[in-house]
Amino acid sequence: MRALSIALLAAVLAPLAMLGVPLTAQDSLPPAPYAYTQLEDPALEAQAVELMATLRCLTCQSQNIHDSDAPMAGDMRHQVRSRLAAGEEPEAIRQWLIVRYGDYVSYQPEVSSTTWPLFLVPAIIFGFGLLLLFRRLGRKRSDGEGTDRAPTSEESA
Amino acid sequence: MRWTLWIPLGLFVFFLGVAGYQLTQPKDDQIPSAMVEKALPEFELPAAVETMPGASRANFIGGKPKLLNIWASWCLPCIAEAKQLEVLEGQGVEIIGVAIRDKPEDVANFLERYGNPYTRIGKDDISSLMLEIGASGVPETYVIDAEGVIRYQHIGDIRLEHIPLLLEELKKAET
Repeated sequence: MRALSIALLAAVLAPLAMLGVPLTAQDSLPPAPYAYTQLEDPALEAQAVELMATLRCLTCQSQNIHDSDAPMAGDMRHQVRSRLAAGEEPEAIRQWLIVRYGDYVSYQPEVSSTTWPLFLVPAIIFGFGLLLLFRRLGRKRSDGEGTDRAPTSEESA
Repeated sequence: MRWTLWIPLGLFVFFLGVAGYQLTQPKDDQIPSAMVEKALPEFELPAAVETMPGASRANFIGGKPKLLNIWASWCLPCIAEAKQLEVLEGQGVEIIGVAIRDKPEDVANFLERYGNPYTRIGKDDISSLMLEIGASGVPETYVIDAEGVIRYQHIGDIRLEHIPLLLEELKKAET
């Protein structure tokens, strides 16, 4: 069992090693001033947290920068907090990053030329479902109108 | 049996197929910068080592197109890349380096061990230039033309086969 799990781990890690991803490489500098230090103003800090939770960490791409301990995520938090402290709006900071990295850096869904089907298709499917439901219910009601009987077991169920 | 009843199953199999196909495709980790073809943002970084000057946007203006190499002494692919940068320097390409989150003694040590192809090296302790130009890791290399416009981005270490590519992009950036 143990040997199996080690083999599995090796199988998972081997492709990573081949990609040349520096898994262990770390710098030795202390984190940026605002990487782990909250802003003094609680309202601003709340805005910062809300924004950071919707920004993607670029070196650990499945995490947001609020959750990540990667040095670059710390540097991004520093940017967010120092820009908020300097009076920038949260959405302006998001735009500043989108200009540099594209939509990819933001977790906040936006309607764009590539994402509109994601918003439209569920609406169509929902509408189709409603249509189906009304037609079924409507048919059942008109079936019942012609006969003056007590409800059958099917109808009462 | 009505044929329309098969539509949901068909859709399900289609999505299964798409998901299955995507699972077999190699993962794409590269995040291209959206700053290519845009002006290099204003920056001014102090020297990363005592023996060399720091780097700023002004250093890219005028003369021939130059390379902006973002690296760090703690980054392993940067060691692999060092030889190729030397070749490019030998071809007359000016390379301006920016050391990310690095200590002067580590930078000096790296240059001594792996060679120094740079004319200047700026010191970026909070990845500010990386974020300014849309870089998501080290190393990355950018072709900057004489007007200070970012013309090309190379993500990851420069390997032997990338040298002709970069020389061509540098030539293209002359116009």
